[in-house]
Amino acid sequence: MNVVVLVKSVVDPSGQPRLGPDFLMERSGEGTLDPGDEFAVEAALQLTTDGGTVTAISMGPEGAAPALRRALAMGANGAVLVCDPALRGADTLVTARVLAAAARQAGFDLVLAGVESADGYTGTLPMAIAELLDVPSATFARKVEVREGIVRIERQTETGYEVVECELPAVATVTAGATEPRYPTLKGIMASRSKPLEQRTAADLGLDAAAITPTQRVQAATPEPAKSGGVVIEAGEDTAARIADALADAGVI
Amino acid sequence: MAVWVYAEVTLDGPTPGSLELLAKARELGEAEAVALGPGATAAAPELGNHGATTVYASDDAVYADYLAQPAAHSLGRLVQEHHPDLILFPSTYGARDVAGRLQAKLGTTLMANAVDILSADAARTRIAGGTILVDVTLEGPAPRSIIVSPKVFTAAPTGGTAKVVTVAFEIPAGCLRARRTERHDEAASGPSLEEARVVVSGGRGLQDAANVGLLQQLADAIGGAAVGATRAIVDAGWISYSHQVGQTGKTVKPEVYLAVGISGALQHLVGMSGSKFVIAINRDADAPILRVADLGVVGDALVVVPALIDELAKRRA
Repeated sequence: MNVVVLVKSVVDPSGQPRLGPDFLMERSGEGTLDPGDEFAVEAALQLTTDGGTVTAISMGPEGAAPALRRALAMGANGAVLVCDPALRGADTLVTARVLAAAARQAGFDLVLAGVESADGYTGTLPMAIAELLDVPSATFARKVEVREGIVRIERQTETGYEVVECELPAVATVTAGATEPRYPTLKGIMASRSKPLEQRTAADLGLDAAAITPTQRVQAATPEPAKSGGVVIEAGEDTAARIADALADAGVI
Repeated sequence: MAVWVYAEVTLDGPTPGSLELLAKARELGEAEAVALGPGATAAAPELGNHGATTVYASDDAVYADYLAQPAAHSLGRLVQEHHPDLILFPSTYGARDVAGRLQAKLGTTLMANAVDILSADAARTRIAGGTILVDVTLEGPAPRSIIVSPKVFTAAPTGGTAKVVTVAFEIPAGCLRARRTERHDEAASGPSLEEARVVVSGGRGLQDAANVGLLQQLADAIGGAAVGATRAIVDAGWISYSHQVGQTGKTVKPEVYLAVGISGALQHLVGMSGSKFVIAINRDADAPILRVADLGVVGDALVVVPALIDELAKRRA
């Protein structure tokens, strides 16, 4: 089975994006693998222990390469970085077209991704990609199993979980609870250096200028004022009383 | 301007989030709703009562039995027939999936996590854990789709009635693929996180799964409080996912949010930043949660919380 994992390079994995003067997300400098995507990489590796390949695919600037290197160090067999200045400022529609084309070019039985990125957290991209690839999909998988061409997913819901089944090929997004991502070993890191990390442009994927024109533009960005009037105290004798007073003032006790 | 709301319905009626969106939709223009799945027709009067002039409805179980694809298919067909200018989606797992597929189907723009809608082609969102407000212009062919964060608008009945248009598209076999075969609902205990006036949430600072019970004890001592949790302790298996507050969990806006041993990762902050009054207890004086707290306590949650439970019992007596 061939699994494509969609990964994102984030500059600050704590999810604190910065905007440049043109209001585009600041993505210069070296990024790291989005922590949410590590779960998808791990799930892909576990699904291919008995054979198959894992290909990590990302779209981003040159600085996104370390994120892919990490996926390779964890055990992915190959990586593709779609890197093209024309893609700067890409919105979800453009990104979906690019990643769908790259996945199709790589070939896949299953596409896995994190539920949403740590910095943008739109969470709609994998479904747009599934639609473009014309395959079934499930989001929020806390467990992914494949047996005889059928993928069985335990999908987290607002009130519990449900089981979803579909035939491969398919797209699934994986939650943090699904797996415990492995830490790359020294051997894995050494091996990753000789694994292929191929670069592609939008044109390599057969996408013309119209297909990669974004439909969203940031017009203004305003910092929200920090909370004023908050007090921070050291815990002591009267702490419980202070908190109880605050609860009483708020009218909840 | 025709503003559609992708309304989620159950056999008990429309979801509260769907009604919130109708309040904004009718302010922006002519509000109409699309409701797909069991309970849709029965939910139409309530959708009308919240401002929908038309409800496109289908009670077909196919929308509940299969994930996203049938709903995206029918919504796409309805768009091609009626040409709405804007479609608002609630920020739920199901609606988000339909919105993503619709975008790809139609080649139209889609914005997520909106906290306000400024016009037919502009909306506002928060980034960086809520610290920067960003206004985004939406371009390209109509309709523009916007996924709206929970509770940014307030539902309000209008006394209106809706015309019901029955949706009866044939769903192609290609859309009948990802099938729900089992459902497991965890029994909800206590008040719901979204509705409770007080939320008591815990994080890694509780140190051990055995201490999670302190949260419920404190919630009981306050009375009617709901128990929340960070993703870290949910992932660690200390408490079930249904308690998770944050980006991939629930969004809460209580009168008082009590953060117990929570450092304040952005993933958590976005789920509770709308709380009116935040009390945070954390051992680390540099924890980000203390920067958003109205009352911050630097100390060990395992000491402060039991003392607080005693104090509340004393006051009640």
